[in-house]
Amino acid sequence: MSGAARSVRLLAVEDLTVTFGRAKAVDRVSFTLDAGETLGLVGESGCGKSTTAMALMRLLQGAETCGHAWFEGLDLVAIDAERMREIRGATIGMIFQDPVTALHPMIRVGDQVAETLRTHRGLGSAEARARTIDLFRKVGIAAPEERLRVYPREMSGGMCQRVIIAMAIACSPRLLLADEPTTALDVTVQAQILELLRSIAQDGGMSMILITHDLGVVAGVTDRVAVMYDGVIVETAPTDRLFANPKHPYTQGLLRSIPRLDSGWDEEMPTIAGAVHDAHAPSGCRFAPRCPLAAEVCREAPPLQSFGQDHQAACWRAS
Amino acid sequence: MSEALVEAIGLVRHYKLTGKRLLRAVDGVDLAIGRGGTLGLVGESGSGKSTLGQTLVGLQNPSAGEVRFEGETVVGARGAKLVRLRRQRQIVFQDPSGALNPRMTLGATIVEHLRVQGWPRAEARERAVEVLALAGLSEAFSGRYPHEVSGGQRQRAVIARAVSTDPAFIVADEPVSALDVSTRAQIMNLLRELQRRSGLTMLFISHDLSIVAHMCREVAVMYLGQVVECAPRDSLFRTPLHPYTAALLSAIPLPDPVLERSRTRIVLKGEPPDPSAIPSGCRFHTRCLRATEVCAKVPPEMRALLPGHTVACHHPLNA
Repeated sequence: MSGAARSVRLLAVEDLTVTFGRAKAVDRVSFTLDAGETLGLVGESGCGKSTTAMALMRLLQGAETCGHAWFEGLDLVAIDAERMREIRGATIGMIFQDPVTALHPMIRVGDQVAETLRTHRGLGSAEARARTIDLFRKVGIAAPEERLRVYPREMSGGMCQRVIIAMAIACSPRLLLADEPTTALDVTVQAQILELLRSIAQDGGMSMILITHDLGVVAGVTDRVAVMYDGVIVETAPTDRLFANPKHPYTQGLLRSIPRLDSGWDEEMPTIAGAVHDAHAPSGCRFAPRCPLAAEVCREAPPLQSFGQDHQAACWRAS
Repeated sequence: MSEALVEAIGLVRHYKLTGKRLLRAVDGVDLAIGRGGTLGLVGESGSGKSTLGQTLVGLQNPSAGEVRFEGETVVGARGAKLVRLRRQRQIVFQDPSGALNPRMTLGATIVEHLRVQGWPRAEARERAVEVLALAGLSEAFSGRYPHEVSGGQRQRAVIARAVSTDPAFIVADEPVSALDVSTRAQIMNLLRELQRRSGLTMLFISHDLSIVAHMCREVAVMYLGQVVECAPRDSLFRTPLHPYTAALLSAIPLPDPVLERSRTRIVLKGEPPDPSAIPSGCRFHTRCLRATEVCAKVPPEMRALLPGHTVACHHPLNA
């Protein structure tokens, strides 16, 4: 994806901060997303990637959110709940990790998709049904007329995820938030679902934020990547660039510690020492306690610095 | 390969479901693991890999066929022999949180494990500290509860418990799947080091082929309760013979955007069938791109087509 579509900005997140009590789960996160672009939000569990998505959707409870998220001229953080309800599920769709619990267990899958259409598009039940059949066909559900009537428990995980995707794209959203959409699925089914998401995004000119811990998934699907660590974006770059020339020591460590099919079986796996919440740096760079390059200067929090076009990393020691 | 330490011969494990239906979780598996070797077992969910692993360590009784340990059958073992067999065959589970008693300290968990094996209390305490150290946890961890330590540290404790009785054989059932990327590599290295030190024999179960590639010299691929291909790791990854293995390999997302764009992916149709309704003939024929008439009727026999490389397929690839 390149050229004209690139230049239209769809989402601009500025200093998004989410606090649960005294804990900052997301700390002044900023990023942008253009129309038609797919951004990968990568990090390990607890780094704040899902919280970021939930904050954008205003689905967090007991959390304090500040900062801005500009989306089509509206600030998603500030608009009233009523307005947000119109956007949620309509102009912004969302896909969750576990497809089985994301569906209502006692409602037929067809009705769940149709409900979205009736609520947001005001369709009558016959129209909604016809449109649901189209959607099922589009996401690769065979015999859609019959599948409308089944309950989630009668479907496999992959099929449930297709229903969720159908629901998420029912109102032709401008933005799709996909939170670990393939993590609960088998490899061969994962390949099918990723293929589907890729083609939907391309055909519909839809933007997507793909949240995942799997750098392999990111490599195949995204245009640009933001790497999160402990609530902060530590590096962002076009996907090819990030994999070819990572700047932040955390990104470098992550990439090195993925086992590859072509790595020798008797080689030691490179690791990142410690774990995320082992040692909390009270201030300064959050990765410093685990960082091989840490020095005196890292006691102060590093800002995102530019390392070439569209490539930024928050590290004093990167070069 | 040296003499086999663990063997499965025509191993079958069925579960009775309601009505007259049978869930054929493991349905006729032959395999042998040489002393000091690591066999990787891959397959998608429902392929029977965990049931096979549990049957090999004696947590499940076979419905038919037998398990041999050091050349002797273990089915029906009792008394002192059973106690010895339990000590020598251990298992590490996927989810370390579920594998530990939340109300017992890590040290106490290991002491209990040893006491069941008849160790005197004082010696068991000493041994607990020793194996925790072996697993990379200092003595201070002995007094901590599972919720006070990270996921990686919990898995270290589970591994420490498994090796505390000085077993000859360990089944590691998805030992790193619940862990973050940076912790995963640490645990993989730990398992390898323990193996090098004490000559452990291991069955390493994973759905992730790149992890298996890194851990094992031999790999068996399971599909719906049967081993469909078994080979030395390089032979399997370079020249997969079974169409299912080839599809699995091509479905792995590679952490390399350039490779990802250039590769052609074999996207399988559908999902693995329900193991309580297994297709006739070759079990894979419903999803196979090479299937012909014979595949629906005749189950293929396991045969060796390359050195040490066996496959059960009527139309193998690369042959």
